[in-house]
Amino acid sequence: MSEQVAFQHIEKTSLIGKRIKKPDAPAKATGKTRYINDMVLPQMLYGKILHAGRAHAEIISIDTSEAEKLAGVHLVVTAQDTPELRLGFVKDNAPLKNKIRCERDEVAAVAAESEAIAAAALKLIRVDYKDLPGVYTIEESQREGAPVIQERFPDNKSLKFEFKAGDLAQAEADSDIILDDTFNVHYVTHCCMGTSCAIADFDHNGKLTIYSQTQYPYNYKMDLAPALGIDPGDIRVIQPPTGGSFGAKLDVYPFEPVAAILAQKTGRPVKILFDREEEFINSPTRQPASMHLRTGCTKDGILTFRAADVEMDNGAYTSWGATVPVIMMRTTSGHYRVPVVDFKGQAYYTNNSYAGSFRGYGNVQMTYATAQHMDMLAEKLDMDPIEFRLKNAQKSGEYTPQKSYLRECALAECLTTAAEASDYVAKLGKYTDDRKAQGRYKRGIGLASSIHNAGGAKIHKSDGCGTILKMDDYARVTVITGASEIGQGIDAVIGQIVSEELGVPVEHVTLVNNDSDLGPWDVGVHASRTTFIAGNGARRAAIKAKKQILAAASKQANVTAEELDLRGGFVVQDKDGAVVTKLDKMLRQMHFQPEPDVVMVSDYYEPNSEPEGRDHISDHSAAYSHAVHIAEVVVDTLTGEVKVEKVTMAQDVGRVINRMGLEAQMEGGMAFGLGFALSEEMLFEEGRLQNPNFRDYKVPTAPEMPEIEMHFIESDCEEGPYGAKGIAELPTIVVAPAIANAVYNATGIRFFNPPMTPEKVARAIWEKKNA
Amino acid sequence: MSVKTELEFTINGRPVNIEVPVDMTVLNLLRDMLDLKGTKYACGEGECGACTIEVDGMTINSCLMMAVDLQGREVMTIEGLSKGNALHPMQKSFVDHGAVQCGFCMPGMIIQANYLVKKNPDLTREEMKRGLEGNVCRCTGYTKVLDAVAAVVGLRG
Ligand code: FES
Ligand code: FES
Repeated sequence: MSEQVAFQHIEKTSLIGKRIKKPDAPAKATGKTRYINDMVLPQMLYGKILHAGRAHAEIISIDTSEAEKLAGVHLVVTAQDTPELRLGFVKDNAPLKNKIRCERDEVAAVAAESEAIAAAALKLIRVDYKDLPGVYTIEESQREGAPVIQERFPDNKSLKFEFKAGDLAQAEADSDIILDDTFNVHYVTHCCMGTSCAIADFDHNGKLTIYSQTQYPYNYKMDLAPALGIDPGDIRVIQPPTGGSFGAKLDVYPFEPVAAILAQKTGRPVKILFDREEEFINSPTRQPASMHLRTGCTKDGILTFRAADVEMDNGAYTSWGATVPVIMMRTTSGHYRVPVVDFKGQAYYTNNSYAGSFRGYGNVQMTYATAQHMDMLAEKLDMDPIEFRLKNAQKSGEYTPQKSYLRECALAECLTTAAEASDYVAKLGKYTDDRKAQGRYKRGIGLASSIHNAGGAKIHKSDGCGTILKMDDYARVTVITGASEIGQGIDAVIGQIVSEELGVPVEHVTLVNNDSDLGPWDVGVHASRTTFIAGNGARRAAIKAKKQILAAASKQANVTAEELDLRGGFVVQDKDGAVVTKLDKMLRQMHFQPEPDVVMVSDYYEPNSEPEGRDHISDHSAAYSHAVHIAEVVVDTLTGEVKVEKVTMAQDVGRVINRMGLEAQMEGGMAFGLGFALSEEMLFEEGRLQNPNFRDYKVPTAPEMPEIEMHFIESDCEEGPYGAKGIAELPTIVVAPAIANAVYNATGIRFFNPPMTPEKVARAIWEKKNA
Repeated sequence: MSVKTELEFTINGRPVNIEVPVDMTVLNLLRDMLDLKGTKYACGEGECGACTIEVDGMTINSCLMMAVDLQGREVMTIEGLSKGNALHPMQKSFVDHGAVQCGFCMPGMIIQANYLVKKNPDLTREEMKRGLEGNVCRCTGYTKVLDAVAAVVGLRG
């Protein structure tokens, strides 16, 4: 390496807001990346699970003897071999079942020398069932004398949530308009392109190494341990690259402890990998909900109250899915100024499949209702729809009734920016008039907005993230962070932030974040928290390292550390960029100074937020953000097809960090909402999924994608890294109600129950015409 | 155990001579016997495009083709698109445009995109959309994918 100083002066530049490439993209684009699905370990066995395929039954007997005799089969296990082991949010689930409560239930598992042998062995297992009457709707679950799903919950009631503020009776009396509607949101699923997979391997000391797709590695240990009867400290989680996640990997699912049980008992690594049909049937769904929403308003267009009574189909087991009211109530009590709130959420056990967490987490459901009510109120009031929303829009410095503190609130700016960019008000009026005209194709425009946590969500006592940063003698930086990468791009963002602070090229920053034995604590990828929390952590660690380097350099240069800076791989004078020394040289010299040292720092960043308490009154996120989407659609009134032509987005992002990654999250997030709104729906009959394939479950493909126009509002969040806020869920949340409002504008028909499939839309148009 | 047969074909420019079970798909042959794991399984029934490869210059879903049908043919997988560690222009364009997130769909997507551009160097955005309809991506919403392909078309056009 040349020790010559190439430049005399280096100007201060910034990477914040620039387009940074994902460092792992070349390997992914060339097929070099080894996903967990691709991994093979020496001596590895293949595990396969026998799922019940029926919704409610007693197991009379299981005969595994024929399966055990098959050549290449190493082990067959059933619930008999694993009594006492529990998992799940309220520990109502088990790795293997002795009673069937839903189609997904795991009856037995096989470890064999190949997938084909394991599959053949499953066919040889004889199970005698006695089918029981099932419960497939919330109504059936509530019925007097309904079959009990979980013995511990004889009334079939699972989690319950409540929040009240203000005097509801008074608010009702003060209202000139009260809307009262029920919205039913359906079952959709994540459809990660990489199907579910786990590889478990025990060592001779009883320590489990599990290769997992989890997006929650540190809590994962705690959740997995009771399902295995081992200490969480004896679990090492390795996260190889994974083919998508989107919330699906927040819970631990039975197949993971099953893989571990097979590994423990055989002494061999065991891999369980789902095929697509298994993936559809046995993966989590978005939490379906029936939301009875009432919204009140004065004739001057001032909101008076929101009352939401949400009933949820819990399915057979309680997961993170059923906790979504925690966010639903923030939307009910926020997302415009709502002085009086009455929120109730109750989950009911049924024999259906069970949900998990899913990008948008309750807010996709609730905003589908609240944003349509805002639209309906504006129409009823005959008020300019933007003026109506602006009247009620919260402003910086306000609190919500749940004490969410909106330190920087850009809702008004999002509204006016998106409305102006799309010529919303004029088009809305024109398309309303056009509705009466003849013609097969009708145009519509619709606006929706929402609020979401944008500085983490303190659902645990801590919402923090640990970071370890070290620099080597060549000024290469290694950042070990607790934050996981699931495709969203934290690798690029952390590289960018560290590069910004330490004045080294982004390519010289290596991220290590796939091994729980190395990484410090973090509470996982969820709640749009990673750029905010892990980004802040990485920045703080880099600043600490910089201080240490500049302190050492200041002694050499005989100036104060404050007068120095790091730029372009050099230590420079802050004021004019005059080069003092090369950074790598400085790092080496630090070993030889009077008090020898090495640059290796750590940080634990805890956001400035309050834990979500039982009363749900707390500032549970360090920041909140708003977004507005305006959808422009064309409805074919003959076929019922809704084509979304354009979506104009305005979102408060705090500050743009990686512009390319930000855009990518907006586009991908929106696509999820588009599928939810128009085409995706899991169809169940008596608890059994009828469409477990991509032919009958339609995810959006390239031709369905609308043109997208994005506006980033930079509100400069005081607590966020460089002012940034978390961003990744809002695009999924707001697009569906924007489309619903646009379809209304085009057809005059409200769709309270998504998805707006061609059949449903065509039927509604036909019924309206013939009414 | 299944009956086996001997096959000869070329893969990424190299001749292969291998004995394969007659009921094996091309996808499984690539992944399990030839260690070419760049080609992905995501549905196994021709509905997602993750397993897309080129056979005799045409793209196919390798999960639907039987290995025995490769006799005498020329196969190109994602591993054959780049030369050593140098990215193919299509791969580079995907990287530069931020079109890669989890990346699981990308080998199939890039093979298909490259095929479309080879076939029609003046591809329009609408034609790209239709040409990529069979390739599901759950992360990107396709916009950056289309931008990446458009940039390659622009370069050539
Ligand atoms: S795996 Fe072949 S098309 Fe999906
Ligand atoms: S990048 Fe994840 S599925 Fe396409």
